[in-house]
Amino acid sequence: MRATILVRPKSGILDPQGAAVETALEHLGFSVSGARVGKVVDLEVASDDATEVRAQVEKMCEQLLANPLMESYEIELHG
Amino acid sequence: MASPQPRIGVVMYPGSNDDHDALWALSALDAESIPVWHEERELPDLDAVVLPGGFSYGDYLRCGAIARFSPATAAVKEFADAGGLVLGICNGFQILCEAGLLPGVLLQNESLRFICRDVPLVVERDDLPFTTRCAHGQRLVIPVKHGDGRWFAPPGLVSELEANRQVVLRYDETCNGSVDDIAGICNERGNVMGLMPHPEHAVDPLLGSADGALILASLVEAARNHALTLA
Repeated sequence: MRATILVRPKSGILDPQGAAVETALEHLGFSVSGARVGKVVDLEVASDDATEVRAQVEKMCEQLLANPLMESYEIELHG
Repeated sequence: MASPQPRIGVVMYPGSNDDHDALWALSALDAESIPVWHEERELPDLDAVVLPGGFSYGDYLRCGAIARFSPATAAVKEFADAGGLVLGICNGFQILCEAGLLPGVLLQNESLRFICRDVPLVVERDDLPFTTRCAHGQRLVIPVKHGDGRWFAPPGLVSELEANRQVVLRYDETCNGSVDDIAGICNERGNVMGLMPHPEHAVDPLLGSADGALILASLVEAARNHALTLA
C-alpha cells in the first residue's frame, strides 16, 4: 500500500523558508499570508491492511521521519 | 613519570569533513587522537569522544537524523550513559540532539544563509570538563560555518535548561537566530556537550584565533585525569 507523509514545521516555529516563499509570491503580485514549507515523503509499505500500514507509518514518523520538537506529521494512505 | 596521553576518539561518518582537523587539533594539544569508523559497534578503549563537523549522510532528511542510527552512535550513547566525555561540534552537535543525548534541535539559520565567519562567544560555564581552561564571562572568538545552526527548544524546555545551568556558550552578537543566542549546551550530568562553533579550527594564532584550544585543552585535561584514575 502506498503512503504519503506530510511533515510540517510546527505552528509557532519560525519558518524562514516559508517567509522567503511568501515574500517571493508577493513580488509576483499574489496576495498571500502564512506560507510554510514542509516535506513530503512517498513510500510503499509491504502490506494491504490499512490499519497495520498506518501503525507502521506512525512508528516511522516517530522514529525517523519527523522530529516531534519542531515538526508535525500527517499520514495519507492510497488504495 | 610522564603523565599518560589521553586517548580521544573522533567518529568518522560518511560526510564528516572536520574529522581530520579534530584529530590534528587534539594531537597538537597532546592527546592521542584515534579515528573511529562509523560502522564500529564497539568503541576502542577511550577517555573521551568527539563527534566532528561535516554533513554526515548528506544531511538528508534533517541534519544528524540518519547518523543517529549508525552503529558508532549507539556505542557513543552507551559511552555517554556510563559517564564518558562526549563533545559534539557542529554536525556532531546536531547528531547529539537527534540522538537524544542533548536537548533541542538545530534548525535552518534564520537568514537562510550559510554563515562562515569568526564569531564572539561568551562563556557561561567554566566548571565543565570542556571549559575548565575558560573563565566565566570570558569572551572567545571561534569560527562558525553552518547552514543549520539555529538551536531551538520549546520555551518550557529552555527555562528548564537555563535553571539547570545547561547553557555553556552564547553568541555575543546576532548569529543564526538561536533561542537566547545559545551556541553550546551540555546535558544535565555535564559529561556531554555540543556547540556549533568549531574549536578545532581555532587552536593556533596563525588561524586567526587560538581560543578554540581553551575548549579542546580542557577536554584533553579532563580525559587525562580520566586516564590517570584508571592507571
